[in-house]
Amino acid sequence: MSDLVKLTISEARKALKNKEISAVELTEAFLKQMESKRKLNAFVLETPEIALEQAKTSDKKYQNGTDGALEGIPLGIKDLFCTKGIRTTACSHILDGFVPPYESTVTQKLLDAGITVLGKLNMDEFAMGGSNETSYYGPVINPWKANNSDADFVAGGSSGGSAAAVAAHMCMAATGTDTGGSIRQPSAFCGVTGIKPTYGRCSRYGIIAFASSLDQAGPIAQNVEDCARLLTVMSGYDAKDSTSSQKDVPDFTQFLNQDIRGLKVGIPAEYRPDGLNAEIAACWDKGIEILKARGAEIIDISLPHTKYALAVYYILAPAEASSNLARYDGLRFGLRVPGEHLDNMYINTRSEGFGKEVKRRVMIGTYVLSAGYYDAYYLKAQKVRRLIRNDFLEAFKKCDVILTPTAPTDAFAIGDKSMAENPINMWLNDVFTVSVNLAGLPGMNIPAALSARGLPLGLQLIGRSFDEATIFKAASALEKDICFVRK
Amino acid sequence: MAEFIIETPKGKWEIICGLEIHCQIISKSKIYSGASTEFGADANEHVSFVDAGMPGMLPTLNKYCVHQAVKTGIGLKAKINKYSNFARKNYFYADLPQGYQITQYKYPIVGEGKVIIDLPDGSAREIGIERMHIEQDAGKSIHDIDPKKSFIDLNRAGVGLMEIVTKPDFRAPEEAGAFLKKLRSILRYLGTCDGNMDEGSMRCDVNVSVRPLGSNELRTRCEMKNVNSIKFVMQAIENEARRHVEVYESGGEIVQETRQFNPATGQTKAMRKKEFAHDYRYFPEPDLAPLVLTDEYINQVKSEIPELPDEKKERFVTKLGLTPYDAIVICENKENADFFEKAAAGHDAKKVANWFMGDFFAMLNEKKIELKDSPVSPENLGALVELVTQNVINGKTAKDVFEIMAETGDAPEKIVEEKGLRQVTDTGAIEAVIDQVLEANADNVAAYRGGKQTLFGWFVGQVMKASKGKANPAMVNELLKKKLG
Amino acid sequence: MAVDADTVRKIAFLSRLKVDDDKIKDTEDEFNKILDWVAQLNEVDTSSVEALESVNDTNLILREDNITAGNQRDEILANAPMSEYGYFVVPKVVE
Ligand SMILES: [Mg+2]
Ligand SMILES: [Zn+2]
Repeated sequence: MSDLVKLTISEARKALKNKEISAVELTEAFLKQMESKRKLNAFVLETPEIALEQAKTSDKKYQNGTDGALEGIPLGIKDLFCTKGIRTTACSHILDGFVPPYESTVTQKLLDAGITVLGKLNMDEFAMGGSNETSYYGPVINPWKANNSDADFVAGGSSGGSAAAVAAHMCMAATGTDTGGSIRQPSAFCGVTGIKPTYGRCSRYGIIAFASSLDQAGPIAQNVEDCARLLTVMSGYDAKDSTSSQKDVPDFTQFLNQDIRGLKVGIPAEYRPDGLNAEIAACWDKGIEILKARGAEIIDISLPHTKYALAVYYILAPAEASSNLARYDGLRFGLRVPGEHLDNMYINTRSEGFGKEVKRRVMIGTYVLSAGYYDAYYLKAQKVRRLIRNDFLEAFKKCDVILTPTAPTDAFAIGDKSMAENPINMWLNDVFTVSVNLAGLPGMNIPAALSARGLPLGLQLIGRSFDEATIFKAASALEKDICFVRK
Repeated sequence: MAEFIIETPKGKWEIICGLEIHCQIISKSKIYSGASTEFGADANEHVSFVDAGMPGMLPTLNKYCVHQAVKTGIGLKAKINKYSNFARKNYFYADLPQGYQITQYKYPIVGEGKVIIDLPDGSAREIGIERMHIEQDAGKSIHDIDPKKSFIDLNRAGVGLMEIVTKPDFRAPEEAGAFLKKLRSILRYLGTCDGNMDEGSMRCDVNVSVRPLGSNELRTRCEMKNVNSIKFVMQAIENEARRHVEVYESGGEIVQETRQFNPATGQTKAMRKKEFAHDYRYFPEPDLAPLVLTDEYINQVKSEIPELPDEKKERFVTKLGLTPYDAIVICENKENADFFEKAAAGHDAKKVANWFMGDFFAMLNEKKIELKDSPVSPENLGALVELVTQNVINGKTAKDVFEIMAETGDAPEKIVEEKGLRQVTDTGAIEAVIDQVLEANADNVAAYRGGKQTLFGWFVGQVMKASKGKANPAMVNELLKKKLG
Repeated sequence: MAVDADTVRKIAFLSRLKVDDDKIKDTEDEFNKILDWVAQLNEVDTSSVEALESVNDTNLILREDNITAGNQRDEILANAPMSEYGYFVVPKVVE
C-alpha cells in the first residue's frame, strides 16, 4: 500500500479484512499526516495514544473476526461532540479544560462500530460562524489554494476543521454538525462530501447545543459511499433524545449505484436570483445535465419563501442559542473569572469566555425573546418557518429530490473585510442551506467543479423528510459523472 | 362565606387574594432525568448530568410525573388538556444549572377546575382553579456557611413540581387556610404529593390586593413567595392587606412587587429591587415535543382515582348518618377515614364516630403515636361499640375495657369474658341486689319515702356499686322506682 | 422598533454580558442594522399561519419512572472551578 491516507473507507476495510494492512499501521500513517499538516489548524486536540490503543484493539478484532462496520477506521471528531475523558470545548474559551464524563450517542455508536479517534476538530465557536474564524483556537486553513497564489482561504464553517481534515487526508472521515449549513458549506469549500440528515435522524445527546430545533449531526467524508456507511452507523432512535426519530434506519449503501431513470429532480427558481455568481450557475447547470443524461426528469419548482429563510434563521437560531448558552456561567465547568458577587462572576466569566460572534448572537437572541418583542420577532419567524416548510412539502409533491448550489461563492480569504465589517455579509453564505434546516430536511453536498481560480464548488441535494435514500441514489449518480478530482 | 372586612374610621375594605402553590410530585425519579428524588442524601449525590446542566445534555420526560399531574387535575375537577407543551423560563441563578427552568407556559397540562372549601361555621365555598402545570424544581443554595461564599446542592434540582394557580377568589385569610387544608387532603388522597409544607414539598406564593367594600375594581397586587405554613399564609394575607389599606388611606399608592414574609414578625417587606425587572423570555422548549394525551389515557387515569374527601364526606353523611361536622373532620385524612370506615362496618356508625373522635384520638395523643401504630385495631374498636349497643356491657364498663384494649391490644369480647364484665340484665338478679341495698339503708329509704326525692340517684349508685358496675343501668332505674314506690 | 442605549444595557444584563460604555453606541447600531434586515419578514402575511414549533411530528416518547442516574458526585464535580464538601462553591449570592 503506497498512500494509506488516501484510502476510502471501503478500500481500507477491504485491506484490513485481507490483512494487507493493520489498523495500527493505518493509524500511524494518519498521525504522521496530521503532524505534517498541522499548519492547517484543523485539529484542536490530537489523541495519538488513544488512537493507537483503539487501533490495537481493532487489529485483535480483525484477527478473531469480530470486527465492526467501521473497525479500525481513523476518524476526526468535531469538538462539539462530547467525548468521554477527552477534552471538549466547542472551540470556546468558556469551556477551557472541560473533560466530559460522558460520550455523545453518535460518537458512541461510531466507537461501537470500531473507529479510531485521532482527535478533536476545529470549528467555529459553539458552531456559530461560516468560516471557522470564530474559533477560540484560530481559523482553519483551507487545504486548497487558488491558482498561482499562496493566500490562505477559509475552510468554511462551522465544521471547518472536519472538512479541511478530510480534504487534507488527516483523517479518513469526520463527524460534523449542521445548524444552518455547517456540514454542507465547509464541504463545498473544501471539496469533500457531507450530509446533514433529517432532523431527528441522529441523536443530539452529548452534542453541545447551539440551536436545538435545527442542530443535526452528520458525516463528512471523501465520497458518497463513505457518507452512506457512516450515516448508517450514526443514525437511530435514542431514548436520551426525545427529538430523535424511531423510524427505521436503512443501510444507506444499498441505494448507491442505482438506475435513476425517471427520478424527478426539482430545480427551484428562487435559487437562481439575478446576480447569481456565473461560475456557480454553470456548475449547477452541469449537475442538471448529468442527471438528465442519466435519465432523470428535470422539473421546475418554486420555493417562494426562500428569500426569508435567512432572516427567520437569524432570529430563531440566536433565540435558542441565547438560552442554550446560559449554562456557561462559570459555576460547574469550564472557565471562571472571579467576581465579588455571583452576578459579577457570571458577567466576568461570560464576557471573557465568549467570543464576539457568540456574544452578538446571544444578545440578539435575548432581545427577540424579551417582553414586548417576542411576537414581532420570534413568533413571526416561527410562522414564516412553517411557510418555508410548506413550500418544500408542496415541491415534493412534484419531485423526489431537489438540486441546488451549496454556497453562493467559492471559499473566501481569511480575514475578508466585507464579512468582518458586516456580520450579515457573513450570514449570507448560508443562503442556500438554511431553508433545509428550518424545514428539518436532509441535505448533502457533492463536490462538483473548480472555480476559475481553482477552488472547489459544491452542489446540494435536498430530500424529503427521512428520505436520505433518494439523496444517496441521486448523489451516487451525480458523483460518477461529475469527475471531481479530489485533493 | 367567611366575613373578613377591614374596617377603619375612614371606610371598609375587602381582600382579593389568589394563591400559587408548588407541589412536589411523588415519583421515584426526577421529571426530566433518571436521578432519584429521595430526600436527605449527601450533597449532589442525586444529580445526573442532565440535572447539572452539563453541555449536550437533554431532558426526557418522566411518564409517571405526567400520570400524577393528570390524576391531580382530575382530583381538582379540572379540564385535562389533551395538548400541552413545554417552555423554557430563562433566568440566571446559582441553583438553576441550565439557566432556564423547563416549565409549561401557554399550554399547561391542566386547565380550569375547582375546590370546595369547608369553613369552620359549617358553610362551604367553591374556589376556582385557574390552571396547573408541571415543571422542574431548582437546587438549593446555602448562604450561611461562609460570609463570602454560597454552596450549591443540586439534589433537588429537577424534582417534578405541579404548580397550581387559583383564581383570585379568596376574601378572607381563613378561606386560604381552609383551601390549603383541603388541597393537601386531596393531594394525599391521590398520592401525588405528600403535602408537607414544613419540609417544602408544598410551597405557597400569596397574591394580595384590597378594594373598597362593594366596589368591583382590581387594584395593584403584591406577591409573597414561599410562605411555608398555613398559619403564616393567613397571617401574610391579613397583614399585607392591612398594609395596603394603610397606604391607600394615607394617600399613597401600592407598587406591584414581590415582598418577603417574615415569620418572626408576621410582617412583609419589599425585596431588594433588581436593577432590571425579570424578563423570563419564555419560548417553546425545543428539546421536548408537545405532549399529546388521548381520551383513552385520561379515562384510564380517571378509573384509578380513589374516592376523594368531598365524596367520602357526602357518603358518610347520607349513608352512615354522620353529622357533616364529624364527616369533614374524619375525611380530612384518608388514613383516618379508612380506619373509621373499617371500624364502623356493620356497627352503629355514629357511635363509632364518637368513640373514634373522642376516646380513641385522646388515647393516640396521650401515647404520642400515629394512627398506623394504634394498639386498638379498627375491628376491635367496632366490636367494643357493638358490645355497648347490644347491652353486653354498659358505657362505663366500655371505657374501662377500652383502656385495657389500649394496653394489650386484646379484643373487647375477650377482655369482657376474662374479667367477667358482662352486664347483668336478669331482672331477678338485679332485684336481689336492690333488696339487699334497701335493707341495709332503711333510714334513707324512709327519708326518700318522706319526700327526699334527690336520694334516688344515690340509690342507683349504690346498686351499681353492689353489682360491681355490671348491672344494666336502665333496668336498675326502672326496678328501683318500682321498689321504692 | 429602534434599539436605544438603555435597551442595549438591559439586554446585556439579561445575557450577563458586559458592554463597555464606549461600545454601547456600536452595539446599538449593529443591533439596529440586524433588526432592520430581519424586518423584511413583515412583508409576509402570516395572519392565518400557525407557528411551527417542531419539525418532525413525532409524538413525545416518555421515560419510565426508574432511577438510572445519580451517585456520581465525583464526576458531577470533576469539572467544577471550585467545590468544597461535595458542594459547588460560588461567590456570595446577594438577594
Ligand atoms: Mg408562578
Ligand atoms: Zn413555578
